Amino acid sequence: MASTVPDTGLSLVTGTLRQTDYWWTVFKRTWKGGVINSFVSPLFYVVAMGVLLGGFIAGDPAKLEGATSYLAFIVPGLVATHAMTIAVGETTYPVMGAVKWHKTYYSMIATPLEPRHLVAAHMMFVLFRLATACGVFMLVLAPFGVFESWWGPFLAFGSQLLVGMAFAGLVYGYSTRIRSESAFGVLFRLGVLPLTLFSGAFFPISNLGPVLEWVARLTPLWHGVNLSRMFCLDTVDWPLAALNAVVLVAAVVVGWFWSVSGLEQRLAD
Amino acid sequence: MPLYRVGAVTESMILARGLRKSFGDFEAVKGIDVDVRRGEAFGFLGPNGAGKSSTMRMIASVSPISGGSLQILGMDPATDGPAIRGRLGVCPQEDTLDNELNVRDNLYIYGRYFGIPKGEVNSRVDELLEFVSLTEKAKAKVEDLSGGMKRRLTIARSLVNRPDLLLLDEPTTGLDPQARHVLWDQLFRLKQAGVTLVITTHYMDEAEQLCDRLVVMDKGLIAAEGSPRQLIEEHSTREVTELRFGITDETNPHELIAEKVEDLGRLEVLPDRILVYSPDGEEVIAKVHERGLDPIGVLVRRSTLEDVFLKLTGRTLVD
Repeated sequence: MASTVPDTGLSLVTGTLRQTDYWWTVFKRTWKGGVINSFVSPLFYVVAMGVLLGGFIAGDPAKLEGATSYLAFIVPGLVATHAMTIAVGETTYPVMGAVKWHKTYYSMIATPLEPRHLVAAHMMFVLFRLATACGVFMLVLAPFGVFESWWGPFLAFGSQLLVGMAFAGLVYGYSTRIRSESAFGVLFRLGVLPLTLFSGAFFPISNLGPVLEWVARLTPLWHGVNLSRMFCLDTVDWPLAALNAVVLVAAVVVGWFWSVSGLEQRLAD
Repeated sequence: MPLYRVGAVTESMILARGLRKSFGDFEAVKGIDVDVRRGEAFGFLGPNGAGKSSTMRMIASVSPISGGSLQILGMDPATDGPAIRGRLGVCPQEDTLDNELNVRDNLYIYGRYFGIPKGEVNSRVDELLEFVSLTEKAKAKVEDLSGGMKRRLTIARSLVNRPDLLLLDEPTTGLDPQARHVLWDQLFRLKQAGVTLVITTHYMDEAEQLCDRLVVMDKGLIAAEGSPRQLIEEHSTREVTELRFGITDETNPHELIAEKVEDLGRLEVLPDRILVYSPDGEEVIAKVHERGLDPIGVLVRRSTLEDVFLKLTGRTLVD
């Protein structure tokens, strides 16, 4: 079980740090592709949806959760959604590859490393990817006047990392439990796509009607989108922000144990 | 600096009693006793599905045991797994090399998992590349290597932590004869240097070449144990006569002819020939001719482990 720590085992930090060289080479190998996915694609979204489509939408703060333009409304949600997409991308095929195709995880656990170390190092890499992608994205957007305070974007950035990590843990655990990559199709179509469209990134969830609005409020992505937006627009409702943060932190914690137990079971077969 | 240094103390490296492994209702290993001592080359022989790989994974301390007891290097894998694995080298049946990395990085990064300092890993990697004759390929991508090179790289990787105990699961399966001989030579050198080797194989010549002592596993149990010579003496005769007859119709002629020679010794009737186990092969041939039988091919040879294997595990093909 995830909670058992053998007497002779490495600490979580030591075991994780021993994989630094590995992840550094992964980064050197993949960063060029990462640039396209992390910055270019979301920029297309901002231009197409925020600027061009947004040109047809009246910037009414009463209807846009306090945003004075559609661009300002959509940007915080887009970045939070983007964080989810990156996290899902990094914890689906790469995890299945290491378990099923290249079997590199099997060679890694033949050393003093344990599944929890592998999960932790992978999560650190996801966090690094999230930090660079969301950080640069937020910097690029700053000149567009979409942030209402100087400190809000920093907290929004933190909430984007949080929502990304929540999905990283949940999806990693899912990836360790499935046998075929076709299960990713289900995840993408029935999980990622509806979340992207209906968690309040593109329109206020009040437009969904009372029932679906509450369904949207139950999704982890909405908590991230809402938190990110409140901080960017300086419309923070602190009790709600605390609730959003607690939900996301809880998802991160659950995701961690779900991932570690999943990988332990899978690699012990 | 020598590639290897191992203490000369005689101690138990692997001690298993009544060891079991189950997967749901299926019992892969049904209670085996194994005792491997320092400096030995020990083999697990058996057909596919005999339980060799399951046993190896338990010894490698990555698969929990289902029953019995197991001690590796004097420690319990259930509680001391990481400490045990730090002193093991594992060469798995399937290559688990990182195809995206080059040859050198595969070794370097693996060494770092053991916590070996960077400078030290670098010098060990150079030594190991030399040892497995891959120095020239240091910068090559793994996917560009031949099967034999990949195996050698996997063996080099399993040595990066200078293990006390090296586990090799079917090390030469799928290799051409030249590559196998190169690998045997390298394993023999390690054995000479005092490394304890545990090998699974279904190649009898490999077991005879490399193993001081071995067990024959079949259906999750140990069918026999001893040195290759002991096993041959106990379970076979000094000589074996192989008789091959021409095929006249659809039926296997060897089945019919076997009835006429069954008093000459123990028989194994294979699809293409009859093996007669009798101490004197020339005598067998003379008697065969006396009975008016006319084989198209005869061969008298010494018994090998293959004969022991056929006797103990039967001739049924296991897929």
